[in-house]
Amino acid sequence: MEIFDFFVQNREMIYFIILAIFVGIEVIGGVPTVLHTPLMSGANAIHGVVIVGAIIVMLDTDPANIFGLILGFLAVILGTLNVVGGFVVTDRMLEMFKKK
Amino acid sequence: MKGLLEICYLIGSVTFIIGLKMMGNAKTARKGNLIGAFGMTIAILGTIFLFRTEDTTVNTLKFVLIFGAIGIGSAIGWLTAKKVEMTKMPELVSMFNGMGGACAALIGLTEYEHNRGNIAELSFIVAGMVIGTISFSGSIIAYLKLSGKMDKPVRLPNYNSLNNIVLLLVVIASVYVVLQSLVLPVFVIWLLFVVAIIYGILFTVPIGGADMPVVISLLNSFTGLAAAFGGFLYDNKPMLTGGILVGSAGTLLTLAMCKAMNRPLSNVIFGAFGGGSGAAAGESTEKGTVKDIQVSDLAVLLNYSKKVVIVPGYGLAVAQAQHVIHELEKLLEERGVEVKYAIHPVAGRMPGHMNVLLAESNVEYEKLVEMEDINPEFPQTDVVLVVGANDVVNPAAKTDPSSPIYGMPILDVENAKNIIINKRSMNAGYAGIDNLLFYNTKTSMFFGDAKKALTELVSEIKQL
Repeated sequence: MEIFDFFVQNREMIYFIILAIFVGIEVIGGVPTVLHTPLMSGANAIHGVVIVGAIIVMLDTDPANIFGLILGFLAVILGTLNVVGGFVVTDRMLEMFKKK
Repeated sequence: MKGLLEICYLIGSVTFIIGLKMMGNAKTARKGNLIGAFGMTIAILGTIFLFRTEDTTVNTLKFVLIFGAIGIGSAIGWLTAKKVEMTKMPELVSMFNGMGGACAALIGLTEYEHNRGNIAELSFIVAGMVIGTISFSGSIIAYLKLSGKMDKPVRLPNYNSLNNIVLLLVVIASVYVVLQSLVLPVFVIWLLFVVAIIYGILFTVPIGGADMPVVISLLNSFTGLAAAFGGFLYDNKPMLTGGILVGSAGTLLTLAMCKAMNRPLSNVIFGAFGGGSGAAAGESTEKGTVKDIQVSDLAVLLNYSKKVVIVPGYGLAVAQAQHVIHELEKLLEERGVEVKYAIHPVAGRMPGHMNVLLAESNVEYEKLVEMEDINPEFPQTDVVLVVGANDVVNPAAKTDPSSPIYGMPILDVENAKNIIINKRSMNAGYAGIDNLLFYNTKTSMFFGDAKKALTELVSEIKQL
């Protein structure tokens, strides 16, 4: 019965996940091959949202915990690289498609 | 304050969906990317200034560290993304993907200690950490392979069974670390981290370079999944939306790429590409002789043709010959020759990569013809000029069931009246297999570095 309790408690989250999966599939459906590379690169930039977690780690770490702060600091750098690098390189690729 | 943060997060989540949707269409793609970047900025700034829980302590040092880290990351990310040559883009995407995976891994490593004893939270933490780590080390290997620093697939004996054993070990250790967190010392999470790194490496090293785009796309959806687990942990909606979106879209994209190469995903991951019996069988076949053609003869041939189709491959990009080829195309068009480009779906190193490279040198979008549309035109084509492409025109994909690329759709260049192949040498292509097209009676080899040879060809035609 525990499984039912889990479902009841997390019902909204479960609905959210299932709908998000379908949105992901729907959004990509029918994309021409030509756009696969930029699309992959764009999706790559979007998962850089993991940086939000790294910032939360920084905010919630005890200021006396130097090791924790260092790891958080590194995580924010890596996340930023993913976000900024990802969006910029995607923009460069798509710039090429624009001019006719 | 909490309300404002939730609005920022709503904006972030919605822009990710809209942005990704717009990126699926050539006209709106660039705007879509910018919309995604805008939403990301809102979500990040909102978190820095508005995210507060009972654990949060805010002081100047933290703000300095956060903005310092964002500054460093932005500077490096921006500069590398702006400076990189278009040919090197695939490996850069892989590198950035690895950074995201490493970020997810570090989050898990720091959060483990504070959440010991709490099974639900720990499952998210450990799952995010392990998946992020695999994506990290796998992406670094993919980067090394694509950039040519590690060009041979490395296969340990029984590598498939070995990999599955290590994977099983990772899964069991993860479950154990979650369930026994109160008894185990904190450093076990670091041991798990090391094992996950090893698995990421073992997973990627046996896969050949030609299949790397598929692997990158797969690892891309892994990082999405790792971000989504972070979203569960913090009950953070943009992380959940962004992560799940990329996870599911990335998986679909991976399958679409496999379909373009006509190879099932399991074949890419577990199958041997460019090795074993297939290559050996190819070697023993009767080859015949190779003819070559001089630049002056080729100039005449092209000048008096009605229709020329250019098949560009990665070799063209490596030689930076995309500008010269455009010059050749313009020159021939002036002389009344119809010129088109035949673009194989996986020409270059990734689907669509060749389009980007040629668009960079101002080749008109309409001149780039996709495989299904150009194949029926080859019988009416006088000359096919293959520049730096190999596997995508290899007839073994249709005729030789023992060939590693058997079943991959190819450009039917052998139906054309004349086939000219520009190559630096007789070396095998990226997949490491021989090409019987070179020995076709209609084929002439035009040896030389693509840029140098084509420049000579252009000046030769000009003199006619």
